Amino acid sequence: MKVLVIDTGTSNLASMLAALTRVGLTPEAITTPDDIESAERVVLPGVGAFGAGMKRLNELGMSEPVRARIEAGRPLLAVCLGLQLLCTSSTESPGVPGLGVLPVTVARFEVAEIVPQLGWNKVTASEGCALLRDGYAYYANSYCLREVPEGWSAAHTHHGERFVAAVERGPVLATQFHPELSGAWGHELMDRWGKAC
Amino acid sequence: MLTTRILPCLDVDGGRVVKGVKFQGLRDAGDPVERAVAYEAQGADELVMLDVSATPQGRGNATDTVARVRAELRIPLTVGGGVRTDADAERLLKAGADKVAVNTAAVLDPSFLSRMAERYGSQCTVLSLDAAQRDGGWELVIKSGRERTGKDAVQWAREAAELGAGEIVLTSWDRDGTRSGYDLALMRAISSAVRIPVVASGGAANAQHLVEAAQAGASALLVASILHDGDTTVGELKDALAAAGLEVRR
Repeated sequence: MKVLVIDTGTSNLASMLAALTRVGLTPEAITTPDDIESAERVVLPGVGAFGAGMKRLNELGMSEPVRARIEAGRPLLAVCLGLQLLCTSSTESPGVPGLGVLPVTVARFEVAEIVPQLGWNKVTASEGCALLRDGYAYYANSYCLREVPEGWSAAHTHHGERFVAAVERGPVLATQFHPELSGAWGHELMDRWGKAC
Repeated sequence: MLTTRILPCLDVDGGRVVKGVKFQGLRDAGDPVERAVAYEAQGADELVMLDVSATPQGRGNATDTVARVRAELRIPLTVGGGVRTDADAERLLKAGADKVAVNTAAVLDPSFLSRMAERYGSQCTVLSLDAAQRDGGWELVIKSGRERTGKDAVQWAREAAELGAGEIVLTSWDRDGTRSGYDLALMRAISSAVRIPVVASGGAANAQHLVEAAQAGASALLVASILHDGDTTVGELKDALAAAGLEVRR
Protein backbone atom coordinates (compact mmCIF):
# COMPACT_ATOMS: atom_id res chain seq x y z
CA MET A 1 0.00 0.00 0.00
CA LYS A 2 1.25 3.44 -0.95
CA VAL A 3 2.13 5.92 1.80
CA LEU A 4 2.88 9.57 1.11
CA VAL A 5 5.63 10.93 3.35
CA ILE A 6 5.75 14.70 3.68
CA ASP A 7 9.30 15.89 3.03
CA THR A 8 9.75 18.65 5.59
CA GLY A 9 13.33 19.15 4.43
CA THR A 10 14.98 18.66 7.81
CA SER A 11 13.77 15.29 9.01
CA ASN A 12 15.53 11.93 9.04
CA LEU A 13 13.53 11.00 5.97
CA ALA A 14 15.73 8.08 4.94
CA SER A 15 15.07 6.28 8.24
CA MET A 16 11.32 6.75 7.89
CA LEU A 17 11.24 5.57 4.27
CA ALA A 18 13.34 2.50 5.14
CA ALA A 19 11.11 1.58 8.09
CA LEU A 20 7.88 1.92 6.08
CA THR A 21 9.38 -0.31 3.41
CA ARG A 22 10.36 -2.89 6.04
CA VAL A 23 6.75 -3.17 7.26
CA GLY A 24 5.57 -3.86 3.71
CA LEU A 25 4.33 -0.39 2.74
CA THR A 26 5.37 1.58 -0.35
CA PRO A 27 6.52 5.04 0.74
CA GLU A 28 6.87 8.03 -1.54
CA ALA A 29 8.31 11.37 -0.40
CA ILE A 30 6.27 14.39 -1.47
CA THR A 31 6.81 18.15 -1.47
CA THR A 32 3.46 19.16 -3.01
CA PRO A 33 0.07 19.13 -1.24
CA ASP A 34 -2.07 17.89 -4.14
CA ASP A 35 -2.50 14.27 -3.10
CA ILE A 36 -2.56 14.66 0.68
CA GLU A 37 -6.33 14.56 1.04
CA SER A 38 -6.92 11.69 -1.38
CA ALA A 39 -3.96 9.47 -0.37
CA GLU A 40 -4.64 6.21 1.43
CA ARG A 41 -2.00 6.93 4.06
CA VAL A 42 0.12 9.93 4.98
CA VAL A 43 3.14 10.32 7.27
CA LEU A 44 4.17 13.65 8.77
CA PRO A 45 7.70 13.13 10.10
CA GLY A 46 9.84 15.92 11.40
CA VAL A 47 12.77 16.91 13.48
CA GLY A 48 14.07 20.38 14.23
CA ALA A 49 12.38 23.49 15.53
CA PHE A 50 8.61 24.13 15.76
CA GLY A 51 8.72 27.50 13.98
CA ALA A 52 10.79 26.19 11.07
CA GLY A 53 8.51 23.16 10.74
CA MET A 54 5.32 25.26 10.58
CA LYS A 55 6.93 27.70 8.14
CA ARG A 56 7.80 24.84 5.83
CA LEU A 57 4.30 23.28 6.03
CA ASN A 58 2.69 26.64 5.29
CA GLU A 59 5.07 27.42 2.42
CA LEU A 60 4.33 24.06 0.82
CA GLY A 61 0.58 24.66 1.23
CA MET A 62 0.25 21.52 3.34
CA SER A 63 -1.24 22.86 6.56
CA GLU A 64 -4.87 22.83 5.41
CA PRO A 65 -4.86 19.40 3.74
CA VAL A 66 -3.15 17.80 6.77
CA ARG A 67 -5.63 19.42 9.16
CA ALA A 68 -8.58 18.35 6.99
CA ARG A 69 -7.30 14.78 6.84
CA ILE A 70 -7.02 14.47 10.60
CA GLU A 71 -10.42 16.03 11.21
CA ALA A 72 -11.92 13.57 8.73
CA GLY A 73 -10.25 10.68 10.60
CA ARG A 74 -8.22 9.53 7.58
CA PRO A 75 -5.08 7.40 8.23
CA LEU A 76 -2.10 9.54 9.22
CA LEU A 77 1.04 9.00 11.27
CA ALA A 78 2.76 12.06 12.79
CA VAL A 79 6.16 11.59 14.42
CA CYS A 80 8.13 13.71 16.93
CA LEU A 81 7.94 17.32 15.69
CA GLY A 82 5.08 16.05 13.50
CA LEU A 83 3.03 15.45 16.67
CA GLN A 84 3.96 18.85 18.10
CA LEU A 85 2.94 20.66 14.89
CA LEU A 86 -0.62 19.32 15.37
CA CYS A 87 -0.91 21.33 18.63
CA THR A 88 -1.91 24.98 19.05
CA SER A 89 1.54 26.39 19.89
CA SER A 90 4.95 25.68 21.41
CA THR A 91 7.13 27.64 23.83
CA GLU A 92 9.97 26.78 21.43
CA SER A 93 8.65 29.31 18.90
CA PRO A 94 6.39 31.82 20.71
CA GLY A 95 3.77 33.47 18.53
CA VAL A 96 3.82 30.76 15.85
CA PRO A 97 0.43 29.03 15.56
CA GLY A 98 0.44 25.27 15.06
CA LEU A 99 -2.16 23.31 13.10
CA GLY A 100 -4.38 23.31 16.19
CA VAL A 101 -5.95 19.91 15.55
CA LEU A 102 -4.87 18.92 19.05
CA PRO A 103 -6.07 21.71 21.38
CA VAL A 104 -3.05 21.49 23.69
CA THR A 105 0.29 23.30 23.94
CA VAL A 106 3.90 22.14 23.76
CA ALA A 107 6.57 23.13 26.29
CA ARG A 108 10.16 22.31 27.19
CA PHE A 109 11.03 19.59 29.72
CA GLU A 110 11.30 21.41 33.04
CA VAL A 111 12.30 18.87 35.64
CA ALA A 112 14.64 16.46 33.85
CA GLU A 113 18.36 16.83 34.51
CA ILE A 114 19.33 15.84 30.97
CA VAL A 115 17.79 17.60 27.95
CA PRO A 116 17.36 16.65 25.12
CA GLN A 117 15.81 13.36 26.08
CA LEU A 118 17.98 11.21 23.84
CA GLY A 119 17.54 7.47 24.14
CA TRP A 120 15.13 4.71 25.08
CA ASN A 121 12.35 5.20 27.58
CA LYS A 122 9.39 3.17 28.78
CA VAL A 123 5.97 3.72 27.18
CA THR A 124 2.79 2.82 29.05
CA ALA A 125 -0.39 2.71 26.98
CA SER A 126 -3.78 3.48 28.51
CA GLU A 127 -6.65 1.00 28.26
CA GLY A 128 -8.42 2.80 25.43
CA CYS A 129 -5.48 2.38 23.02
CA ALA A 130 -5.95 0.12 19.98
CA LEU A 131 -2.59 0.70 18.27
CA LEU A 132 -0.27 1.69 21.12
CA ARG A 133 1.16 -0.93 23.48
CA ASP A 134 3.60 -0.94 26.40
CA GLY A 135 7.30 -1.15 25.56
CA TYR A 136 10.51 0.81 25.07
CA ALA A 137 10.65 3.60 22.50
CA TYR A 138 13.47 5.75 21.14
CA TYR A 139 13.14 9.49 21.85
CA ALA A 140 15.01 12.56 20.66
CA ASN A 141 13.17 15.60 22.03
CA SER A 142 13.49 18.65 24.28
CA TYR A 143 9.81 19.64 24.15
CA CYS A 144 6.67 17.65 24.96
CA LEU A 145 2.89 17.64 25.50
CA ARG A 146 1.64 17.21 29.04
CA GLU A 147 -2.12 17.14 28.45
CA VAL A 148 -4.12 14.60 26.47
CA PRO A 149 -6.57 16.25 24.06
CA GLU A 150 -10.19 15.25 24.59
CA GLY A 151 -11.38 12.36 22.47
CA TRP A 152 -7.91 10.85 22.01
CA SER A 153 -6.39 7.79 23.69
CA ALA A 154 -2.84 8.21 24.97
CA ALA A 155 0.33 6.52 26.13
CA HIS A 156 2.67 8.15 28.65
CA THR A 157 6.38 8.21 29.54
CA HIS A 158 8.42 9.72 32.39
CA HIS A 159 11.41 11.98 31.83
CA GLY A 160 11.69 13.95 35.05
CA GLU A 161 7.93 14.38 34.74
CA ARG A 162 5.08 12.51 33.07
CA PHE A 163 4.45 13.50 29.46
CA VAL A 164 2.42 12.32 26.48
CA ALA A 165 4.29 9.59 24.56
CA ALA A 166 1.65 9.31 21.85
CA VAL A 167 -2.01 9.83 21.06
CA GLU A 168 -4.33 7.91 18.77
CA ARG A 169 -7.85 8.32 17.41
CA GLY A 170 -8.92 5.67 14.92
CA PRO A 171 -6.26 5.44 12.20
CA VAL A 172 -4.66 8.74 13.21
CA LEU A 173 -1.55 8.10 15.32
CA ALA A 174 0.82 10.78 16.58
CA THR A 175 3.94 9.80 18.50
CA GLN A 176 6.55 11.85 20.37
CA PHE A 177 8.99 8.95 20.05
CA HIS A 178 10.42 7.63 16.77
CA PRO A 179 8.71 4.34 15.90
CA GLU A 180 10.97 4.07 12.84
CA LEU A 181 14.00 3.87 15.18
CA SER A 182 12.37 1.86 17.97
CA GLY A 183 13.45 -1.61 16.89
CA ALA A 184 10.97 -4.48 16.64
CA TRP A 185 8.50 -2.76 19.01
CA GLY A 186 8.35 0.37 16.86
CA HIS A 187 8.02 -1.58 13.65
CA GLU A 188 5.15 -3.64 15.05
CA LEU A 189 3.39 -0.38 15.91
CA MET A 190 3.93 0.94 12.37
CA ASP A 191 2.64 -2.34 11.01
CA ARG A 192 -0.57 -2.03 13.09
CA TRP A 193 -0.98 1.56 11.91
CA GLY A 194 -0.42 0.43 8.31
CA LYS A 195 -3.42 -1.89 8.65
CA ALA A 196 -5.67 0.38 10.75
CA CYS A 197 -8.76 1.90 9.19
CA MET B 1 13.30 7.00 33.12
CA LEU B 2 15.85 6.90 30.30
CA THR B 3 17.72 3.62 30.07
CA THR B 4 21.50 3.37 29.96
CA ARG B 5 22.38 2.73 26.33
CA ILE B 6 24.95 0.44 24.77
CA LEU B 7 26.33 1.59 21.41
CA PRO B 8 28.43 -0.83 19.37
CA CYS B 9 30.87 1.07 17.18
CA LEU B 10 32.04 -0.07 13.74
CA ASP B 11 35.15 1.41 12.13
CA VAL B 12 34.55 1.25 8.40
CA ASP B 13 36.98 1.65 5.52
CA GLY B 14 36.05 1.14 1.88
CA GLY B 15 32.75 -0.49 2.79
CA ARG B 16 34.32 -3.02 5.18
CA VAL B 17 34.63 -3.16 8.95
CA VAL B 18 38.28 -2.82 9.95
CA LYS B 19 40.39 -2.90 13.13
CA GLY B 20 41.24 -6.39 14.27
CA VAL B 21 37.86 -7.98 13.88
CA LYS B 22 37.59 -11.62 14.88
CA PHE B 23 33.88 -12.34 14.79
CA GLN B 24 32.96 -15.75 16.06
CA GLY B 25 31.10 -18.13 13.82
CA LEU B 26 31.15 -15.84 10.83
CA ARG B 27 33.05 -16.60 7.68
CA ASP B 28 32.78 -13.05 6.42
CA ALA B 29 34.40 -11.05 9.17
CA GLY B 30 33.85 -7.55 8.01
CA ASP B 31 30.49 -6.78 6.42
CA PRO B 32 29.04 -3.71 8.20
CA VAL B 33 25.41 -4.62 7.45
CA GLU B 34 25.83 -8.14 8.84
CA ARG B 35 27.48 -6.75 11.98
CA ALA B 36 24.87 -4.01 12.42
CA VAL B 37 21.99 -6.46 12.20
CA ALA B 38 23.71 -8.90 14.58
CA TYR B 39 24.27 -6.20 17.20
CA GLU B 40 20.67 -5.01 16.90
CA ALA B 41 19.56 -8.59 17.53
CA GLN B 42 21.82 -8.72 20.62
CA GLY B 43 19.99 -5.69 22.01
CA ALA B 44 22.15 -2.76 20.90
CA ASP B 45 20.38 0.55 21.54
CA GLU B 46 22.03 2.44 18.69
CA LEU B 47 24.81 1.85 16.23
CA VAL B 48 27.81 4.12 15.65
CA MET B 49 29.75 3.97 12.38
CA LEU B 50 33.07 5.74 12.05
CA ASP B 51 34.45 6.28 8.58
CA VAL B 52 38.19 5.76 8.97
CA SER B 53 38.99 5.79 5.26
CA ALA B 54 41.63 8.28 4.23
CA THR B 55 40.69 8.84 0.59
CA PRO B 56 37.78 10.54 -1.23
CA GLN B 57 36.98 7.20 -2.85
CA GLY B 58 36.77 5.55 0.56
CA ARG B 59 34.41 8.27 1.76
CA GLY B 60 32.15 7.69 -1.23
CA ASN B 61 32.00 4.03 -0.24
CA ALA B 62 31.13 5.09 3.31
CA THR B 63 28.01 6.87 2.02
CA ASP B 64 26.95 3.67 0.26
CA THR B 65 27.62 1.73 3.44
CA VAL B 66 25.40 4.09 5.45
CA ALA B 67 22.59 3.53 2.94
CA ARG B 68 23.03 -0.24 3.04
CA VAL B 69 23.04 -0.32 6.85
CA ARG B 70 20.03 2.02 7.00
CA ALA B 71 17.95 -0.28 4.82
CA GLU B 72 18.29 -3.05 7.43
CA LEU B 73 18.86 -1.34 10.78
CA ARG B 74 15.80 -0.62 12.96
CA ILE B 75 17.60 1.46 15.61
CA PRO B 76 19.32 4.87 15.43
CA LEU B 77 22.51 5.26 13.41
CA THR B 78 25.22 7.79 14.25
CA VAL B 79 27.90 8.38 11.63
CA GLY B 80 31.18 10.19 12.17
CA GLY B 81 34.76 10.34 10.98
CA GLY B 82 36.06 12.84 8.47
CA VAL B 83 33.03 15.13 8.61
CA ARG B 84 34.59 18.42 7.50
CA THR B 85 31.86 20.43 5.78
CA ASP B 86 28.12 21.09 5.86
CA ALA B 87 27.92 19.10 2.63
CA ASP B 88 29.51 16.07 4.36
CA ALA B 89 26.85 16.17 7.07
CA GLU B 90 24.05 16.52 4.55
CA ARG B 91 25.38 13.65 2.44
CA LEU B 92 25.44 11.29 5.46
CA LEU B 93 21.99 12.34 6.69
CA LYS B 94 20.49 11.86 3.23
CA ALA B 95 22.07 8.42 3.07
CA GLY B 96 20.31 7.45 6.30
CA ALA B 97 22.28 8.62 9.34
CA ASP B 98 20.10 9.89 12.20
CA LYS B 99 22.93 11.77 13.88
CA VAL B 100 26.26 13.08 12.64
CA ALA B 101 29.32 13.27 14.87
CA VAL B 102 31.76 16.12 14.32
CA ASN B 103 35.20 16.37 15.90
CA THR B 104 38.13 18.36 14.45
CA ALA B 105 35.95 20.46 12.13
CA ALA B 106 33.94 21.77 15.11
CA VAL B 107 37.10 22.74 16.98
CA LEU B 108 38.46 24.61 13.95
CA ASP B 109 35.07 26.26 13.28
CA PRO B 110 32.69 26.12 16.28
CA SER B 111 29.87 27.67 14.20
CA PHE B 112 29.71 24.32 12.40
CA LEU B 113 27.82 23.01 15.45
CA SER B 114 25.35 25.88 15.56
CA ARG B 115 24.68 25.61 11.82
CA MET B 116 23.98 21.89 12.13
CA ALA B 117 21.75 22.37 15.19
CA GLU B 118 19.79 25.10 13.46
CA ARG B 119 19.28 23.11 10.28
CA TYR B 120 18.76 19.58 11.63
CA GLY B 121 18.21 20.05 15.36
CA SER B 122 20.39 19.38 18.39
CA GLN B 123 19.28 15.75 18.55
CA CYS B 124 21.17 15.25 15.28
CA THR B 125 24.29 17.17 16.27
CA VAL B 126 26.85 15.07 18.09
CA LEU B 127 30.19 16.41 19.29
CA SER B 128 32.99 13.89 19.32
CA LEU B 129 35.42 15.13 21.97
CA ASP B 130 38.92 13.67 22.45
CA ALA B 131 40.68 14.61 25.67
CA ALA B 132 44.14 13.91 27.11
CA GLN B 133 45.28 14.36 30.72
CA ARG B 134 47.23 17.49 31.55
CA ASP B 135 48.30 18.72 35.03
CA GLY B 136 45.13 18.09 36.99
CA GLY B 137 42.83 18.63 34.02
CA TRP B 138 42.23 17.56 30.43
CA GLU B 139 43.35 19.09 27.21
CA LEU B 140 41.31 18.92 24.03
CA VAL B 141 43.16 17.03 21.29
CA ILE B 142 42.26 16.84 17.58
CA LYS B 143 43.27 15.11 14.36
CA SER B 144 42.99 11.64 15.90
CA GLY B 145 45.04 12.69 18.91
CA ARG B 146 48.00 13.92 16.87
CA GLU B 147 47.50 17.57 17.69
CA ARG B 148 47.11 19.22 21.09
CA THR B 149 44.99 22.36 21.10
CA GLY B 150 45.88 23.94 24.44
CA LYS B 151 42.13 24.21 25.02
CA ASP B 152 40.46 22.93 28.19
CA ALA B 153 38.24 19.93 27.38
CA VAL B 154 35.60 20.74 30.02
CA GLN B 155 35.30 24.32 28.80
CA TRP B 156 34.95 23.10 25.21
CA ALA B 157 32.17 20.70 26.23
CA ARG B 158 30.27 23.62 27.80
CA GLU B 159 30.76 25.78 24.72
CA ALA B 160 29.66 23.01 22.37
CA ALA B 161 26.47 22.40 24.36
CA GLU B 162 25.68 26.12 24.20
CA LEU B 163 26.30 26.12 20.44
CA GLY B 164 23.70 23.38 20.02
CA ALA B 165 25.42 20.01 20.31
CA GLY B 166 22.82 17.53 21.60
CA GLU B 167 25.19 14.79 22.71
CA ILE B 168 28.89 14.34 23.41
CA VAL B 169 30.88 11.22 22.61
CA LEU B 170 33.79 11.51 25.04
CA THR B 171 37.00 9.65 24.29
CA SER B 172 39.92 9.52 26.68
CA TRP B 173 43.03 9.64 24.57
CA ASP B 174 45.04 8.14 27.46
CA ARG B 175 42.75 5.12 27.70
CA ASP B 176 41.62 4.45 24.12
CA GLY B 177 42.62 0.95 23.08
CA THR B 178 44.30 0.19 26.44
CA ARG B 179 41.46 -1.91 27.83
CA SER B 180 42.16 -0.37 31.24
CA GLY B 181 38.71 1.16 31.69
CA TYR B 182 37.22 4.56 30.86
CA ASP B 183 38.73 7.69 32.45
CA LEU B 184 36.11 8.10 35.18
CA ALA B 185 37.34 11.44 36.52
CA LEU B 186 37.08 12.87 33.01
CA MET B 187 33.54 11.47 32.67
CA ARG B 188 32.53 13.04 36.00
CA ALA B 189 34.01 16.40 35.03
CA ILE B 190 32.32 16.56 31.61
CA SER B 191 28.93 15.09 32.55
CA SER B 192 28.57 17.46 35.49
CA ALA B 193 29.51 20.46 33.33
CA VAL B 194 26.73 19.95 30.73
CA ARG B 195 23.05 18.94 30.70
CA ILE B 196 23.24 17.03 27.42
CA PRO B 197 23.90 13.27 27.40
CA VAL B 198 27.54 12.14 27.44
CA VAL B 199 28.65 8.85 25.87
CA ALA B 200 31.74 7.13 27.31
CA SER B 201 34.22 5.87 24.73
CA GLY B 202 37.68 4.36 24.77
CA GLY B 203 39.15 1.84 27.17
CA ALA B 204 36.42 -0.65 28.05
CA ALA B 205 37.61 -4.22 28.62
CA ASN B 206 34.71 -5.65 30.61
CA ALA B 207 31.21 -5.08 31.93
CA GLN B 208 32.48 -3.61 35.19
CA HIS B 209 34.11 -0.78 33.24
CA LEU B 210 30.73 0.04 31.70
CA VAL B 211 29.01 0.01 35.09
CA GLU B 212 31.64 2.39 36.51
CA ALA B 213 31.27 4.83 33.60
CA ALA B 214 27.47 4.86 33.93
CA GLN B 215 27.80 5.51 37.65
CA ALA B 216 30.23 8.35 36.85
CA GLY B 217 27.56 10.06 34.73
CA ALA B 218 27.64 8.45 31.29
CA SER B 219 24.22 8.20 29.59
CA ALA B 220 25.55 5.65 27.13
CA LEU B 221 28.56 3.40 26.60
CA LEU B 222 30.32 3.04 23.29
CA VAL B 223 31.83 -0.42 22.89
CA ALA B 224 33.97 -1.79 20.07
CA SER B 225 36.69 -4.41 20.41
CA ILE B 226 35.22 -6.46 23.25
CA LEU B 227 32.16 -7.06 21.08
CA HIS B 228 34.03 -7.48 17.80
CA ASP B 229 36.43 -9.98 19.37
CA GLY B 230 33.50 -12.00 20.69
CA ASP B 231 34.59 -11.58 24.32
CA THR B 232 31.03 -10.71 25.28
CA THR B 233 27.63 -9.72 23.85
CA VAL B 234 25.43 -6.66 24.23
CA GLY B 235 23.00 -8.87 26.16
CA GLU B 236 25.65 -9.89 28.69
CA LEU B 237 26.74 -6.29 29.15
CA LYS B 238 23.13 -5.27 29.78
CA ASP B 239 22.76 -8.06 32.35
CA ALA B 240 25.72 -6.58 34.22
CA LEU B 241 24.33 -3.04 34.07
CA ALA B 242 20.95 -4.27 35.33
CA ALA B 243 22.60 -6.23 38.15
CA ALA B 244 24.25 -2.96 39.23
CA GLY B 245 20.83 -1.34 39.48
CA LEU B 246 20.93 0.57 36.18
CA GLU B 247 17.85 0.53 33.96
CA VAL B 248 18.37 -1.03 30.53
CA ARG B 249 16.10 -1.84 27.61
CA ARG B 250 15.56 -5.58 27.25
